[in-house]
Amino acid sequence: MLLRHTPAEVAERKALTINPAKTCQPIGAMYASFGIHGCLPHSHGSQGCCAYHRSTLTRHYKEPVMASTSSFTEGASVFGGQSNLIAALNTIFTVYNPDVVAVHTTCLSETIGDDVTQIKKKAFDDGKIPEGKRIVNVSTPSYVGSHVTGFAGMCAAIAKEFCVPTEEKTDQINLIPGWVEPADMRELKRLMKEMNVPMVMYPDTSGVLDTPMTGEHDMFPKGGTTIEQLETTGSSFHTFALGKFGSEDAAREIQRIAKTPFDVMDLPIGIRATDRFLMKVSEITGMPVPDSITDERGRAVDLIADMQQYFSGKKVALFGDPDQLFALTEFLLDIDMKPVHIVSGTPGKYFSQKMSEIIDDEVPTANYRNGSRADTFLLHQWIKNEPVDLLIGNSYGKYIARDEDIPFVRMGFPIVDRIGHQYFPTVGYSGAIRIAENILNALMDRQDRDAPEERFELVM
Amino acid sequence: MADIDIKKSENLKEQVMDKYPSKVLKKRSKQVVVKNTDPEQRIQANVRTVPGIITQRGCCYAGCKGVVLGPTRDIINITHGPIGCGFYSWLTRRNQTKPETPDGANYMQYCFSTDMQDQNIVFGGEKLLREAIQEAYDIFHPSAIAIFSTCPVGLIGDDIHAIAKEMKEKFGDCNVFGFSCEGYKGVSQSAGHHIANNQIFKHVVGTSENGRKGKFKINLLGEYNIGGDAFVIENLLERCGITLVSTFSGNSSIEHFAACHTADLNCIMCHRSINYVAEMLDTKYGIPWIKINFIGAKASAKSLRKIAAYFEDEELTKRVEEVIAEEMVGVDSVLEEIRPKTEGKSAMLFVGGSRAHHYQELFKELGMKILAAGYEFGHRDDYEGRRALSTIKLDADTRNIEELKVEPDPEQYNPRKTEEEKAALKEKGLEFSEYEGMWPDMPEGTFIIDDISQHETEKLIKELKPDLFCAGIKEKYAIQKMGVPMKQLHSYDYGGPFAGFAGAINWYREIDRTVNSKVWQLVGAPWEGTGKLHGSFIKKVLVEEEK
Repeated sequence: MLLRHTPAEVAERKALTINPAKTCQPIGAMYASFGIHGCLPHSHGSQGCCAYHRSTLTRHYKEPVMASTSSFTEGASVFGGQSNLIAALNTIFTVYNPDVVAVHTTCLSETIGDDVTQIKKKAFDDGKIPEGKRIVNVSTPSYVGSHVTGFAGMCAAIAKEFCVPTEEKTDQINLIPGWVEPADMRELKRLMKEMNVPMVMYPDTSGVLDTPMTGEHDMFPKGGTTIEQLETTGSSFHTFALGKFGSEDAAREIQRIAKTPFDVMDLPIGIRATDRFLMKVSEITGMPVPDSITDERGRAVDLIADMQQYFSGKKVALFGDPDQLFALTEFLLDIDMKPVHIVSGTPGKYFSQKMSEIIDDEVPTANYRNGSRADTFLLHQWIKNEPVDLLIGNSYGKYIARDEDIPFVRMGFPIVDRIGHQYFPTVGYSGAIRIAENILNALMDRQDRDAPEERFELVM
Repeated sequence: MADIDIKKSENLKEQVMDKYPSKVLKKRSKQVVVKNTDPEQRIQANVRTVPGIITQRGCCYAGCKGVVLGPTRDIINITHGPIGCGFYSWLTRRNQTKPETPDGANYMQYCFSTDMQDQNIVFGGEKLLREAIQEAYDIFHPSAIAIFSTCPVGLIGDDIHAIAKEMKEKFGDCNVFGFSCEGYKGVSQSAGHHIANNQIFKHVVGTSENGRKGKFKINLLGEYNIGGDAFVIENLLERCGITLVSTFSGNSSIEHFAACHTADLNCIMCHRSINYVAEMLDTKYGIPWIKINFIGAKASAKSLRKIAAYFEDEELTKRVEEVIAEEMVGVDSVLEEIRPKTEGKSAMLFVGGSRAHHYQELFKELGMKILAAGYEFGHRDDYEGRRALSTIKLDADTRNIEELKVEPDPEQYNPRKTEEEKAALKEKGLEFSEYEGMWPDMPEGTFIIDDISQHETEKLIKELKPDLFCAGIKEKYAIQKMGVPMKQLHSYDYGGPFAGFAGAINWYREIDRTVNSKVWQLVGAPWEGTGKLHGSFIKKVLVEEEK
């Protein structure tokens, strides 16, 4: 047993987190930065932060993840990181020449009180930044929130830097996709195109973290939302923010700057969340949902109907980020599964409130918790007390799955031991088909593995 | 692959440097060296990274918690800080471990953190840490708990060592000790290695006399059991009749560290990360150290012979020769098959503090040429050899790392060899406390680069077109996008083991697989660059478009 020391008995912990279901803000900020075309993320702190974030994102995407650091030493930690950041910007623009540098802070630079906005101003005032270059900055101390809030913070900071308000609004919507994969962002763009809805979506990591093999390494790949596109967010007539935790801050920021109204929607994962999203887009824009999408939906529902017997009543434990968990839990309930244990390390009171609305009526005994010490150690203990038929979460779940012999579907961040999440969306109806397929494969492989010889089935 | 000579390489260096702002250029020029004929040639190393340059390096915490203490299975390692540091160092280095019994203590799969929040930063995190240690003790009853400080902990001044002492006394049956390895200390992971060495030496080494017994007892220092390397070496040593008292720290248990002073020889693999412990064991207990290397079949044979030479025992020597002979049969037959497919190909290695040197052995065996090499966190002695030690000037970043004052132990100091015996062995070619670094192995005209940047990496690849590039995960995919196969030397791309003779065989096959994969022939679509459009349908479309 790999997690042989995990006891079934749950003892309340006040201080020790074990096997976390979250990581820190800066990595989320870094991920969001890759959604801007021509942008180099910059970590204002020790080298290790940047190295860790790059390594984790690289393992997840199997793609180049280029980012720079202020390389704090003990001296910088005493005297402040201003000279490090200014030196870094000089090196970056001279050697790598990005259009945008997206600076996020760390627990180190925040604890010593570096004011990046001030340093940035000084760098511009002193003529240290080449003409036309832009710097986005966000405060992301690691001791607040989680990777999800860091992502949300950077999305808001991008709006703050680029959104140009106009009185006249155009026939365009803003779409803040939330922390989803490049494949999901591609899928959201396709859906909007299918509906003939003009839009600007940011961040957009498609074409940045799923680039083709060409024989060249392009430090700033084709993808990402361009500055020109970002500037038009202030003239869009409406903003859709997908996922309250990941996207609401950005929508609010655009509203503050450009008075653009917004709707915060659930991430369109599963049938009903996708229905709500598309109907809202249709309602606001006046563009009908085309037959092609209706057919997609029909195919997804058809698959679920065909395979309903395999989903029905199966107990599920899941962990990950709140926005994904809300939509996923709803989807699991819709396909007659029974989510019984849910954890997210990301703090926020809204989590229990929303999860309660989703699940309490259908599974009154469900355990769910988020924030401090809502970790996968606790999840594992819950599973020991009430076993499940399926586990859904990031790659770290494989240790629990192996020890408890539970079928396992990888969803979330990071996934460092399988591919697919980069290339196949989980949003929209096609995403619902993929999630359903993955769940079925896991459950049916298990049935095949465990079936006695006389009950081994050819047709399932 | 391009031919290289000193002049061509100097020209290329100039081109690479050309892009840098003047201050950066001045600094990097000293860290990018073209090997020439000057025996006094030097490199600048272990200095601060230029901010913004895109470095491979990580931090002090990574070197301490991740590298040195990471592979020990029965210590509960609590990261005191916000959640990130503990999360990122959770199972990502591939240290394999095998407890002696199926239910033996093994916390490697666990990540423990105090997950500090803003109120802990404002009001201090000592109470939180104390409670976390108590909870770890109550739930797991481990024999040891270690605490690792992250950046904010040093800044707010939590006294982790006082808390460790207090909790250790309170528990009575659990060793508790701390590491002040805040990320900002030093200039790379290297500072963390030093801090790890110091604290293990202070709090663990010498606390047990229950070491493994045997006639030829050694410690293996600087072997981290990535991909199972340690298992291969353990097996080799066992077959030779050599007793491994402890490994720092691959497949290790804290019990092994505690009794390591009962060994009679220290064998250093990774000089950079662990030479401090070897030096201190020599001073305090009189255990000499030699540099060995189990990467490469020939190097492995040489290392076993060195150990046998040290013990001056005929039976041992005979057994070592038998084991080498047995192993070389397999090695030779695989090499015969693979070498024609790798001969003449070229490689670059930029990694670690020893691997960029050690792995050159394996490339030589495959008939491959090294075009460039360098370390991520090495010091000058890792490049130039320990002769450089006397001329290394300590800068502020290094001076901030504690240097333990160690003296011969009044009771336990027992020089395993007299100075005369050592001198006699030296005559026979066995050097003590010596490492020559990578310098002698680098041909003239090759590049030796410390703390290589992304810009330098890409420029070198474009100009020198190596057949293979070795570095870490952060570099991997950018290099492969350039159509050059890339082998990770930190994580081995989830393969291995590559140590010892069995590991060498794995490596030969792995490199053949990597450089000769057909996928590289698929890069670029066949219609790209042809410029011609065929077919009547296309013509119709073009005519339409012109209208």
